[in-house]
Amino acid sequence: MATPLPPRAPRDLGKPVSIVIMTLFLIFLFVPIYWLVIMSLKSNTEILTSVALWPKDLTFKNFATIFGDSTWYMGYVNSLIYVVMNTVISVTVALPAAYAFSRYSFVGDKHLFFWLLTNRMAPPAVFALPFFQLYSSIGLFDTHIAVALAHCLFNIPLAVWILEGFMRGVPREIDETAYIDGYSFGGFFLKIFLPLIASGIGVAAFFCFMFSWVDLLLSRTLTSVNVKTIGVAMTRTSSATGFDYGLLAAAGVLTIIPGALVIYFVRNYIAKGFALGRV
Amino acid sequence: MEKTVNQKAWFLVLPVFLLVAFSAVIPLMTVVNYSVQDTFGDNAFFWAGLEWFEEMLSSDRLWSALGRQVIFSATILVIEVPLGIIIALNMPKKGGWSSFCLVMIALPLLIPWNVVGTIWQLFSRMDIGLLGSALLAMGVEVNPGKDPVAAWVLVVVMDVWHWTSLVALLCYAGLQSIPQAYYQAARIDQASRWSVFRYIELPKMGGVLLIAILLRFMDSFMIYTEPFVLTGGGPGSATTFLSIDLVKMAVGQFDLGPAAAFSIMYFLVILLVCWVFYTVMTTLDKQEER
Repeated sequence: MATPLPPRAPRDLGKPVSIVIMTLFLIFLFVPIYWLVIMSLKSNTEILTSVALWPKDLTFKNFATIFGDSTWYMGYVNSLIYVVMNTVISVTVALPAAYAFSRYSFVGDKHLFFWLLTNRMAPPAVFALPFFQLYSSIGLFDTHIAVALAHCLFNIPLAVWILEGFMRGVPREIDETAYIDGYSFGGFFLKIFLPLIASGIGVAAFFCFMFSWVDLLLSRTLTSVNVKTIGVAMTRTSSATGFDYGLLAAAGVLTIIPGALVIYFVRNYIAKGFALGRV
Repeated sequence: MEKTVNQKAWFLVLPVFLLVAFSAVIPLMTVVNYSVQDTFGDNAFFWAGLEWFEEMLSSDRLWSALGRQVIFSATILVIEVPLGIIIALNMPKKGGWSSFCLVMIALPLLIPWNVVGTIWQLFSRMDIGLLGSALLAMGVEVNPGKDPVAAWVLVVVMDVWHWTSLVALLCYAGLQSIPQAYYQAARIDQASRWSVFRYIELPKMGGVLLIAILLRFMDSFMIYTEPFVLTGGGPGSATTFLSIDLVKMAVGQFDLGPAAAFSIMYFLVILLVCWVFYTVMTTLDKQEER
């Protein structure tokens, strides 16, 4: 070329630097997780006697303990039960509501939408004690459904906001054409509209699952004997015989797995989900 | 895009309205109820008016917890926002390496909050943790149980570890939406890297960055589980933030009146910030539609 442009775009100039920065950041993110995983594969004597970067004698004893003891593995089962219940409830009721917000204007719509947002932002600590009293008085304390309903406080607003974000992207002409073709509202919604926003439903479900899964405060407050959650099980690793670090680490590793399994499928929507559908 | 006026849409919203009202309004009413009453036990309550609010407003405890909370939220914003932007700018733009980075970066966001606390507790201990023992070997003692500075640094580092990814992912999504033509134009103008950032990338990221800042502010403002597991609010009350203090008061000491008054004021602050967030966001949405 006669008139020379700078040989490289400004963005490419930083290439090696980019790789260094990204590598450093990923190392920062990964070393603590690596430490947890490594600890879960060590015996307690090894944990307490040496600080080694890898286990000298690899043991799966800690995981065997968790899978062999019902007070441990039932913690995961119980947590999964209320998380799934909450996800199903949240997404089911959020779907029609999100459709209403994305398509119609009605009395109080903006206030309602804002009120939902305030519940997503509300500190769970404010609600811990009142929830305990509410669910005790209606006889739901220490049941899965109590935790599932309590998590609705922040998950329904989240689902409505995320789904509304996805539904806005579907052109209104599709609705109108379907009605002209003789579809009823229900038929249109189930047969035509839902398949169009299938990815949105997946993302909303994923985020409801996640936010219900990561909570400890409310689930711990609302359960005691019948429904022992994994968070509670983990606080009991300090026993009369001392702290069982290996077991604690193994339990921690197992809580990361559900998120790690599905993250790949939602990787392009993570930002959208966390930003309440606004990206 | 004008929306159709249709009052029947309320029927579609009704289930959400009822469920959220059940989980939000009834508990809030309980809190309001407690905040204006006093009791000597036996479930006998009597009217106390604004006594609790006055007591809380004049107590050092509330103000120092609020002070720590504001310092904490400000600190993590100052660190996480620039760091998140830097990470987003250096993220690979396409291909398998980009997917890999996306997935890896998102991982800390999906770890249960009590496990985040546990990870950092195990990682930072001087006897069994990699970080703690490495620093000890270099002559630095990390003792969050005794040293308030160490406890603070640990809580802040943990939060940076946990949530910087959120800022990075949102900014990355913002950057992805910039058309390639903008960069080509900048190249023709021989724009420096800095001016590309200042005049193209930053304005285009504005919207998402705002959401990231506000989400980070709100979530750090109600942080509970991670510092609770890591430091238990200590040493003393050095890392006792608003939520930790509130739970201590309500569930630990069962001081229902003061705790309720505390809750209401806490909630009002959240409401105010939420309103700012909502107003800014709807304005931005409107600008986009134009």
